Amino acid sequence: MLHQLTLTDLTHRLARRECSAADALQSCLDQIQRVDGQLHAFLSWDEADARRQAEAADAALASGITHAERPLLGVPIALKDVFCHEGQPCGCSSRILQGFVSPYDATVVSRLKKAGAVVFGRLNMDEFAMGSSTENSAYGPTLNPWDTTRIPGGSSGGCAAAVAANECFAALGSDTGGSIRQPAALCGIVGMKPTYGLVSRFGLVAFASSLDQVGPFTKDVRDSARLLQVIAGPDSRDSTSIPSPVPDYLAGLGHGSLKGLRIGLPREYQVGGMDPEVSAAFQAALTQLTALGAELVEVSLPHTEYAAATYYIIAPAEASANLSRFDGVRYGLRVDGASPEEMNSRTRGTGFGPEVKRRIILGTYVLSSGYYDAFYVRAQKVRTLIRQDFLQAFQKVDAIVTPTTPTAAFRLGEKSDDPLQMYLSDIFTISCNLAGICGISIPCGLTATPRLPIGLQILAPPFGEATMYRVAHAYEQSTPWHRQQSPLS
Amino acid sequence: MSDFDIRYVARLARVALTPEEEKKLGNQLGLILGYIDQLKQVNVDGVEPLSHAVPLFNVTRPDIPAPSLDHEAALRNAPSKASGLFVVPKIVE
Repeated sequence: MLHQLTLTDLTHRLARRECSAADALQSCLDQIQRVDGQLHAFLSWDEADARRQAEAADAALASGITHAERPLLGVPIALKDVFCHEGQPCGCSSRILQGFVSPYDATVVSRLKKAGAVVFGRLNMDEFAMGSSTENSAYGPTLNPWDTTRIPGGSSGGCAAAVAANECFAALGSDTGGSIRQPAALCGIVGMKPTYGLVSRFGLVAFASSLDQVGPFTKDVRDSARLLQVIAGPDSRDSTSIPSPVPDYLAGLGHGSLKGLRIGLPREYQVGGMDPEVSAAFQAALTQLTALGAELVEVSLPHTEYAAATYYIIAPAEASANLSRFDGVRYGLRVDGASPEEMNSRTRGTGFGPEVKRRIILGTYVLSSGYYDAFYVRAQKVRTLIRQDFLQAFQKVDAIVTPTTPTAAFRLGEKSDDPLQMYLSDIFTISCNLAGICGISIPCGLTATPRLPIGLQILAPPFGEATMYRVAHAYEQSTPWHRQQSPLS
Repeated sequence: MSDFDIRYVARLARVALTPEEEKKLGNQLGLILGYIDQLKQVNVDGVEPLSHAVPLFNVTRPDIPAPSLDHEAALRNAPSKASGLFVVPKIVE
């Protein structure tokens, strides 16, 4: 079945003309038809537009264009509902953007198209990327393809569920505090957050601009490197995009040995509340990394315990400013009022869901007169300390490993009434965004009953993606976990 | 946080809340503020704040005119428009 292939294997088949781009798309559409009623990963898709793109890809292949020239030629790739895709709806799973049609392409979308991808479908998410379970979508939750009584993680839960269920060959999501790595871990696939500044944010709806990065969801590490290669690199439309050339990530995957690499184990991540099966899988992964030749070194990240508090000041503060644009004037929902202020407040009161309101109000509070220094500026200073912790650790080691999450996927509704507990489910992923480094989650085990995926997180220094991929690829290729398929695959 | 006034902050944020929302969000935010209050324990003397992690400053593009979003495209998603403009409730009597 075509939809079960990796992105890389599909490109090989397309290149050999053993299948067409139209066949590959049809296989995805059939799979969506078969399983998405149980998952609700997709909010919508434009079948006619996707078929036109697939036909164009087939014409290009027939004219002799190769994957060396257009690396994603004919590959169906879906998007989190947070990217502008010209002529297509973009709603951030929020009522306030109901009916919005993107007037232009995000830079990452135009790069996918230029590389020949068939870009189709909007994937469900926590509203405005705020959440860890995809239960905050205004259009209902996405479910985990390994166990449909459980959440897929979030905020990019639709991306993770869709790739884990083989509804598309890969997806793009966004990660502000773990929103790619955490759902990838809980759905048993590969999810990667690039170094801040590596991938353009132009056309990504902003949540917290100093933390947001775009990254790929894929079925294995090689596919991840392939997709990052396409979307990374300078963009004059994003002033935080770093003007440096992008290395060849595929060439850097290596041949399995980790000899000479030093891998750090942060002593502060041995926290209470970690599930024993997650802990056991992590220990087994450490043994495997040693067997591959890596040297394990204990490192210290002393400000780890303050990362969640720092994040839940900085991210809501930035969000409260970014989301002020949803005012009922230029786009989206409007609820009328007698004055502009009444119209704004009613529109936002009606259009935003509870988690978005919580964060906007929290962010407004920590930025308000009298509290700005005590909360916001103090959090920015602690952020400096968190970044310094990592930069110091990376003087001693090439990469750092942690579990991606403290537990496997939790049940629908289990944490939805307790925002603080939900926030703490991101405890291992948020420091990476605060420090601006890169990180990836790859499968490293399954719980016994029910069988639920467990993720291994590999963190590397700023612009250390090549090292991160080398470790991830060596581990993946020497273990069976990435070949495990969800029951709905 | 005894001085957290949900009504006042919601007004600053331009978010209309129902009385039930005020109560529920107010309680939840009280717990969250209690949690983030732990940052007061960190010694930040002499530490510079980090606004973002990229060492880039004052980035400008070349000063060359280029097309931007055209008028019609910019208005296409407007909930209310007239004469090529966004329509809002009356501001000045």
